Amino acid sequence: MTAFVIRRLIGMVAVLFMVSLLVFVVFILVPGGDPAERMAGKNPLPANIANIRKKWGFDQPFYVQYARMMQKALNGILPGRHGEYDILTSFQNRQDVVKEIQRGLPATFSLCIGAGIIWLFFGIVVGVISAVTAGRWSDRLITTFALIGISMPVFFLGIVLRYFLAEKPAHPIFPDGGYVPLTKDPTQWAFHLVLPWFCLSVLFIGFYGRVLRSNMLDVMNEEYVRTARAKGLSSQRVLLRHVLRNSLIPIVSLFGLDFAAVLGGGAILTETVFDLKGVGWYAAQSVGDLDLPPIMGVTLYGSFFIVVFSALVDFLYAFLDPRIRPT
Amino acid sequence: MAEPATEFPLDSAAVLAAEEHEVPIAGRSPWYLAWRRLRRNYVALFSLGVFLLIVIACALAPVYADYVAHSGPNDQHTGEQVRVNGHLRPIVGGGSYFDEKTGKFVIRDLVVVGPTWWHAGGRYVLGSDILGRDVAVRLLYGGLNSLKIGIGSALICTVLAVTLALLAGYYGGWADWIITRFFDLIWAFPVLLLAIALASALAVNGFHHFGINIEPGSLWIPTLVISYVLIPYIGRPVRGQVLSLREKEFMEAAIGQGARPLRIMFSDLLPNVASTILVFFTLIIATNILTEAGLSFLGAGVRPPNPSWGNLISSGQDQIHTAPWLAFIPGIAIVLTVLSLNIFGDGLRDALDPRAKVRMEH
Repeated sequence: MTAFVIRRLIGMVAVLFMVSLLVFVVFILVPGGDPAERMAGKNPLPANIANIRKKWGFDQPFYVQYARMMQKALNGILPGRHGEYDILTSFQNRQDVVKEIQRGLPATFSLCIGAGIIWLFFGIVVGVISAVTAGRWSDRLITTFALIGISMPVFFLGIVLRYFLAEKPAHPIFPDGGYVPLTKDPTQWAFHLVLPWFCLSVLFIGFYGRVLRSNMLDVMNEEYVRTARAKGLSSQRVLLRHVLRNSLIPIVSLFGLDFAAVLGGGAILTETVFDLKGVGWYAAQSVGDLDLPPIMGVTLYGSFFIVVFSALVDFLYAFLDPRIRPT
Repeated sequence: MAEPATEFPLDSAAVLAAEEHEVPIAGRSPWYLAWRRLRRNYVALFSLGVFLLIVIACALAPVYADYVAHSGPNDQHTGEQVRVNGHLRPIVGGGSYFDEKTGKFVIRDLVVVGPTWWHAGGRYVLGSDILGRDVAVRLLYGGLNSLKIGIGSALICTVLAVTLALLAGYYGGWADWIITRFFDLIWAFPVLLLAIALASALAVNGFHHFGINIEPGSLWIPTLVISYVLIPYIGRPVRGQVLSLREKEFMEAAIGQGARPLRIMFSDLLPNVASTILVFFTLIIATNILTEAGLSFLGAGVRPPNPSWGNLISSGQDQIHTAPWLAFIPGIAIVLTVLSLNIFGDGLRDALDPRAKVRMEH
């Protein structure tokens, strides 16, 4: 087990390295041309371009630029100093991308942790009910709703919810977008997040419900379930201890990765629709201006979460299911 | 506890046998058996019908624009009027103006023509946007773009993913290691963020490497970006299947006969994973349409004024207080399309393999 953990951790660092390299290539090499010329605007002075090129370090070799980018990205974790400008500085307004991402963290975390709890809980409830009543009307109803849930574009659901519950009514039930920090006013914080939580959860509830339903139907046909029933255990005990417990294992890995993805900016659509000034929102603001550094920073940050969480999921997996414990 | 019902209560062998006992058992291909099961799943067939209708409607967009609406997707009619039920109405009215008497700037919302249904002789059936463009025409053209990207990227993605999966599963060893690492690398990003990142990097100057020239506004950018980011979603499960097929006897037989790798991959392995691929292909079109909508909504997909369902919703969101239909209509179109594809995909999976273990990872 220790050897597995160490090997997995080394693999994790290797993937992180590759990810950062890929992000660098995508943003520096793919666009082509000189970023300094793009930044200098229309009819720039040659001296101006040269100045930007030097300040941002575009005249340096690629490996130096890469090293400077990583130094800055890791600045929150590792001590050390970095230059005032580099490729993680917004082209548009010269803001420090890493600092802006840190500013977005509270909103993103509030949205994702709340939504994660909601979708995990309701996903399991939906899956269990439809598996237990498979083939009956309740199952059909739930399956239909789950299908509609996964067919709905998140941002469209958000717009509809916001319009009918927060904008159109004369006395709206919910506030119209925005984020109130938890430290400032906990009730307003929760109140502002109800719609975004729901909106982000719907897709996952439908999806988890469907996965869990078919997992449970598979497990119910296993021999150990028949054995458990033959021993005379109550059907409730069979369902909870034997069927559900084994069906939940794949959900663990799904949840780990999905949760990491939304924490890492994957909730970009929900954040944009509800004006939650989180990490995803920050990236979305930069798309219109083609301001690449913020998008680059958020992509790096998002993949960091996914890579770390997928390692955690693997450890948890090994712990939960001895059948697949790696050696 | 209730007995777990089977996935397909309709498909009892006795019913089918009684109905078709004249046909000899031998010679029924698995595809025929699947079709026989699918034929009984009316919901799935109905969904396929809905999807095909949407495709045909969008494909006929130019005809609709020329002969019914008399307006192209980007034609602006701001200063004009339209006759609705015999009354002339400005297509775009209201708006802020400078009042010379009071010397003040009066701020008013723009008022646009709402859905006229058929009361304006086919013009502005679904209303107008603030630039006086016919929403119905833009909806159809937008659908055409969304479907082109959705289906095109599904095709490219499936071909690439299946080829990689066959190579990895058949050769194993180093080839497998490199290809799985490649899947892992894409897997390590949030899908939508990676797509946005690639699309915006490509939107700066287009792509001009390796003899390929793609201009910044091209539909190829979202198509290729979406097919690239979704490769592991098909590649991973298919590779797993190929790996297990590789241990089967027919592989030994093929190798023993002296078949060469390409022949084994494409004539022996591919037909065995074909049903999985078909199901994934259907479901990934739905996923791709959703991804395209998300990309265009954020401004990283189809670029305005070229319409797509995603950017129609995005521009409609700005007018949601005065003209909510601008955002709602394309949204409903997406939901209908994706829902019909998902239902049909589910039916197809049940028909092809009632005991299927294939699942969309996401």
